[in-house]
Amino acid sequence: MNLFRRLTILVPYLWLLALFLLPFLIVFRISLSEPVLAMPPYAPQFDIGEGWAALRESLSQLSFANYVWLTEDALYRNAYFSSLRIALVSTFLTLLIGFPLAYGMARASEGLRPILLMLVILPFWTSFLIRVYAWIGILKPEGLLNQFLMSFGLIGEPLTILNTDTAVYIGIVYSYLPFMVLPIYATLEKMDYSLIEAAQDLGCTALGAFWKVTARLALPGVLAGCLLVFIPAVGEFVIPDLLGGSDTLMIGKTLWTEFFNNRDWPVASAVAIILLILLVVPIVLFQNAQARAQESGS
Amino acid sequence: MKSLGNVRRSFTPWADGSAKPYIAFENVTKRFGDFTAVDNLTMHVYEREFFSLLGPSGCGKTTLLRMLAGFEEPTSGDIFLDGQPLKGVPPHKRAVNMMFQSYALFPHLNVADNIAFGLRQEGMEKGAVAERVDQMLKLVKLEQFARRKPHQLSGGQRQRVALARSVAKRPKLLLLDEPLGALDKKLREETQFELMDLQEQLGLTFMIVTHDQEEAMTMSDRIAVMDAGTVVQTGTPGEIYEAPNTRYVADFIGNVNMFEGRITAVENGLAEMEASDGFGIRAVAQPGVDAGKHAWFAIRPEKVDVTRTKPEQDHNAVEGEVWDIAYLGGLTVFNVRLDSGAVIKATVLNSERAVEDPIGYEERVWLSFDPDCGILLER
Repeated sequence: MNLFRRLTILVPYLWLLALFLLPFLIVFRISLSEPVLAMPPYAPQFDIGEGWAALRESLSQLSFANYVWLTEDALYRNAYFSSLRIALVSTFLTLLIGFPLAYGMARASEGLRPILLMLVILPFWTSFLIRVYAWIGILKPEGLLNQFLMSFGLIGEPLTILNTDTAVYIGIVYSYLPFMVLPIYATLEKMDYSLIEAAQDLGCTALGAFWKVTARLALPGVLAGCLLVFIPAVGEFVIPDLLGGSDTLMIGKTLWTEFFNNRDWPVASAVAIILLILLVVPIVLFQNAQARAQESGS
Repeated sequence: MKSLGNVRRSFTPWADGSAKPYIAFENVTKRFGDFTAVDNLTMHVYEREFFSLLGPSGCGKTTLLRMLAGFEEPTSGDIFLDGQPLKGVPPHKRAVNMMFQSYALFPHLNVADNIAFGLRQEGMEKGAVAERVDQMLKLVKLEQFARRKPHQLSGGQRQRVALARSVAKRPKLLLLDEPLGALDKKLREETQFELMDLQEQLGLTFMIVTHDQEEAMTMSDRIAVMDAGTVVQTGTPGEIYEAPNTRYVADFIGNVNMFEGRITAVENGLAEMEASDGFGIRAVAQPGVDAGKHAWFAIRPEKVDVTRTKPEQDHNAVEGEVWDIAYLGGLTVFNVRLDSGAVIKATVLNSERAVEDPIGYEERVWLSFDPDCGILLER
């Protein structure tokens, strides 16, 4: 029984080892290499058949030169900052739209809720790529949005939205909205509505009760939603590539360029590793804080 | 009228015509869509009263409470609290606090912070808040649990926190929505007496919603029995139990045997009724009971005597067969099947430790009662 239990726990660990840690180590190892014109396009290569001495020799050729390079070229720094900024702003906008949506869903009648939930998930039934392409048709100068606004005389000439940061924001908010709505909905849906009445009964205005009770109790959902939007948004490639302009700098695009256009696998790997560290550190800190809050009983 | 039941204390403002009601519902109607939850209801409650709203679920009792708290507005009619109309006053501006059926404790706050919530809301200064919270914790005997979160408490402890939180602001009126519903029987009985003590100690007016008639009987100064959005009868527990005004009330409060029949004569304040179970009933006739009318005679099981021999009187006595016996410790319940097929309940107090030759199953017995033990009801 005990052995069986240990074995069951082993499965997820093996999974993580094979599908997360191993690939990570491979990428990390490539990031310490040098680009060469060969297949695969980096050196040194490890060959166990050549014996210990050769392996040692190969290992000594690994260096952090690529990481130093990343700090020296302002392009990468700007790309990281720009990605973080775009992700941060998009996350905030997604929260601004997602929270009322989730709140409305959680307060809807019980019969209506599954339908609303369905509507939130429905876009996933269409390919992500096609949906982002569809936004080109909506946002381009002669697109649906401009035609609509002009036909009502709201604007005189077409707005330039496509190929700007605004289009990227629209794309990210649209694509990631369900990831914000669902966790918030989950926390709000199980909230006891009489808590709000209790707060009002004890002297809170409706708005006060919202802040002190609803918003506070939805916090875990809000944080989960923000992480689910923020993390993929930082590394987003497709949306800035399709909707953003040439001056929209995002690290996902930079990575793509290094990997496919420059065929510089080591630098691309270093970019990916730095991105991972940038994202993992705050998440670990957040999880620790969460665990501590849990311990004191939240 | 002679006194019915024991009066808990000499406190009867409702009998005093000059007393000003503390809470007044005047022709209040509340509709939710097509459903009428409260139907043209007028009711007065006096200061320091322990008042119970008793009725089955859906009778509108909780809606009355929620209208007082401000969570619902009446569709028509007015509610006055201490002479002031409540129309349009939002919940946070009413000097009324409510203890919720679900307790509605804030899960993210510990016990002390839950109790302090309302005090901080009204801007009480820190030291005073701490002092009041300590006082409240002592009142509900939860001093050691101040730092616990609600989910770390037992059901009974949570109930106490909810109570402490609702009285922390010293409201003049406390509304309690099924406050003991989630507790087990023993704890419920203990808490009933604690609630009564607390009410006397703090000098509050309590308005409590319950569907548990025993709970209402134990605690209340007066009870309003409700049905389908209206109050059927308001009175002290004794009045409600001994002198119900309808079969509905008689049936809702405690156990009751009902005999249907026709009044044949009324003489010297006594009415003669021919029960459809085939025997004559002689009972005290209230005003309005006239010969020829259809009526029901209601009598409580503890007022029915069980004997082996035929009683001397020729009315108020009927023969039957013991159908079932339930021994409840303090008393024994006999279910006696009359020849008409009706089953009558009679309870006998077990005042002696052992009875020689007790009445057994399938024995023929006589049931009898005095004319003033039951009540004649017209509907």
